[in-house]
Amino acid sequence: MSQGAAWAVEPIAWSRGRVGMACLIFGESTFFSVFVVAYLFYLGKSATGPQPSDVLEFPWLATACLLSSSLSAALAVAALARAETLRASACLAVTVALGSAFIAATAQEWSGLILGHGLTLGTNLFGTTFYSLVGFHAAHVILGLLMLSLVLALTLAGKVGAEHAERVEMVTWYWHFVDGVWLVVLTTVYVVGV
Amino acid sequence: MAASLGADAAGGSSSGEGRASVVHAWVTTVDHKKLGILYVAAGLLFFVVGGIEAIMMRAQLALAANDLLEPQEFNRLFTMHGTTMVFLVGMPIVTGFGNYMIPLMIGARDMAFPRLNAWGFWMFLFGGAVLYMSYFASMGLYGAGTAPDVGWFAYSPLSGKAFSRGNATDYWILGILISGFGSVSGAINMLTTTLTMRCPGMTMSRLPLFVWMMLVVSFLMLLALPVLTGAQVMLLFDRFLGAHFFDTQAGGDAVLWQHFFWFFGHPEVYILMIPGFAYASEIIPVFSRKVIFGYAFMVAATLAIGLVAVGVWAHHMFTVGMGKGLNIWFAVITMLVGVPTGIKLFNWIATMYGGRIQLRMPMVFCIGFLGQFLIAGLTGILLSGAPLNWQLSDSYFVVAHFHYVLIGGLVFTVFAACYYWFPKMTGRMLSEKIGRWHFWLFFIGFHLTFTTMHVQGVLGMPRRIYTYPAERGWEIWNAISSGGAFLQALGVAFFLAAVIAAFRRPADAGPDPWNAWTLEWSTSSPPPPYNFLTLPEVRSRRPLWDLKHPNDPDWEHE
Repeated sequence: MSQGAAWAVEPIAWSRGRVGMACLIFGESTFFSVFVVAYLFYLGKSATGPQPSDVLEFPWLATACLLSSSLSAALAVAALARAETLRASACLAVTVALGSAFIAATAQEWSGLILGHGLTLGTNLFGTTFYSLVGFHAAHVILGLLMLSLVLALTLAGKVGAEHAERVEMVTWYWHFVDGVWLVVLTTVYVVGV
Repeated sequence: MAASLGADAAGGSSSGEGRASVVHAWVTTVDHKKLGILYVAAGLLFFVVGGIEAIMMRAQLALAANDLLEPQEFNRLFTMHGTTMVFLVGMPIVTGFGNYMIPLMIGARDMAFPRLNAWGFWMFLFGGAVLYMSYFASMGLYGAGTAPDVGWFAYSPLSGKAFSRGNATDYWILGILISGFGSVSGAINMLTTTLTMRCPGMTMSRLPLFVWMMLVVSFLMLLALPVLTGAQVMLLFDRFLGAHFFDTQAGGDAVLWQHFFWFFGHPEVYILMIPGFAYASEIIPVFSRKVIFGYAFMVAATLAIGLVAVGVWAHHMFTVGMGKGLNIWFAVITMLVGVPTGIKLFNWIATMYGGRIQLRMPMVFCIGFLGQFLIAGLTGILLSGAPLNWQLSDSYFVVAHFHYVLIGGLVFTVFAACYYWFPKMTGRMLSEKIGRWHFWLFFIGFHLTFTTMHVQGVLGMPRRIYTYPAERGWEIWNAISSGGAFLQALGVAFFLAAVIAAFRRPADAGPDPWNAWTLEWSTSSPPPPYNFLTLPEVRSRRPLWDLKHPNDPDWEHE
């Protein structure tokens, strides 16, 4: 009894990959927090126009694409775990397509802001904080897309199977995190900020 | 990867090919022990560089109205000294000991991500190289400045393009940003290793305090370093892309930089100091021949320090005019830090109380640490009172306070850790005889330099001035300070002599020279690349005690 069987219970039964990815996500969250704080801090303090309410439109389509891509990413992992690689590839392809659509929508929004309204990083505090925050998020989406595309290519080439399901799941964790950051960015920029 | 580990040429070969393969083995290594040694060695190298910078400043300040150094040169020296000591000395040394010890202490064969570990070290070294490249390369097209001269916290708007022309500040930003990636990867690695790779029976409640404390340190690194990275990216955007984050003419706010910097900067103090607690918590029990007093309270106090560390940053900013509410908040929370830290001090003293104290070098340095850290804490509580802070901020009193923390606290415990674990890392003991010289020279020099600085501060001497007029009553104190700095340098020279002397003698340490209790002492010295042939099984907090005393094992009492 003195061995204390209860003590031997592992409080965290997660694998290295899960803990490592969770830590990375935590660190990335604090990175994004700085830009969210800066955005909120400088809200309405721009010396010149344009102001957010003049030029921003709620990005319904982009949001719908990105949020639904989390679902297809999760379905891809579930399919892979059941060794249904064809279905997994299809779900990954859908995820990549939805993520790309989000980036395309961002590109369209930015070109409108830059060419139509003359808003750049150096125009005013709104431009400075907007492009930094949204830009870093978009950069993370692009990184996620590269990783997902790589997984898709390797799956199609038959190099990724059920035994890799957990590793692929870690890639989707990153993707879900990028999605979560978008919810924060969306709330900050397009709801609170206008 | 495995081949490079196999090429572990411990004996050292005299042929050129042999030397090349030794270098190859170290450069390509993913072994946590070699990386740990690389971290500590690189940190000590930068410690010498940062020390030379300090000596040059003290030589300039030894006499009133001295003209040994140009004002610009002095600005560069205090910037490079502070940046070097925090990012290129403190960080790698604490990461290095963590790297070396965590897997051994928890009974694992390596860190969770060995290649990421190597990547982190080389990123750190690359960042340090970028920072020091500024001396040679940052003249750039402007011909303005060489090394950065904006101070280690690079306050805006001084660090903006308008006031810091040339590229010196960019070298500061990029060097620290790059080494920050290394630190974050190291933190992820230490957290993951501790949470997932403990050997059978090594529950969280049996974790050596060293590992517990490094867990909190890793968490703080993950929390704080990305904040600095973000702020530095903003500064880069301001300097290169015409953004306005800290540009007051476009409505930007220079104080925001201070908030961001110190939101990183204060947890950074604990990132550097908690490892010092970690070394003391391993060393003091062994040399008192007693178990640590209040293990659970030590863990709880560490967690409390980690928690409170996040809410105290603006006590660096009492003089910018935050208003009464924020001043009171940050003053009170800062004073709260004294509670868990006090618990730790009492627990270390209670561990020593009634013990059979052995005054070997690790313990001697730890005892020095206890007294000095108490003084550091007390002046810290003085400075947390906002009204007194208004008087003392940016004076030599502050310089005295944080050097009591970082030298009296951290450097003394790092030396203790060096004497304690050097035999494990190399199989050789460091000479106690040379060690005594090292300790006494460094101890006396430290107190001459920094105890006097409290006086200079109260007498109104501002920090970061390159010279001062006579007749202010500062001369004698500055002369003593500078003399002490040379004694400290002499002490460090004795330490380096002890290291060299150790390698000239045969390996004599044996696996367990201190008769200690944690798992690293169950391996050979140095440990084999795989650490443990069979993974140990742990039943108490002192597995080696159980092994040595089968008739009275700890697990019957815990």
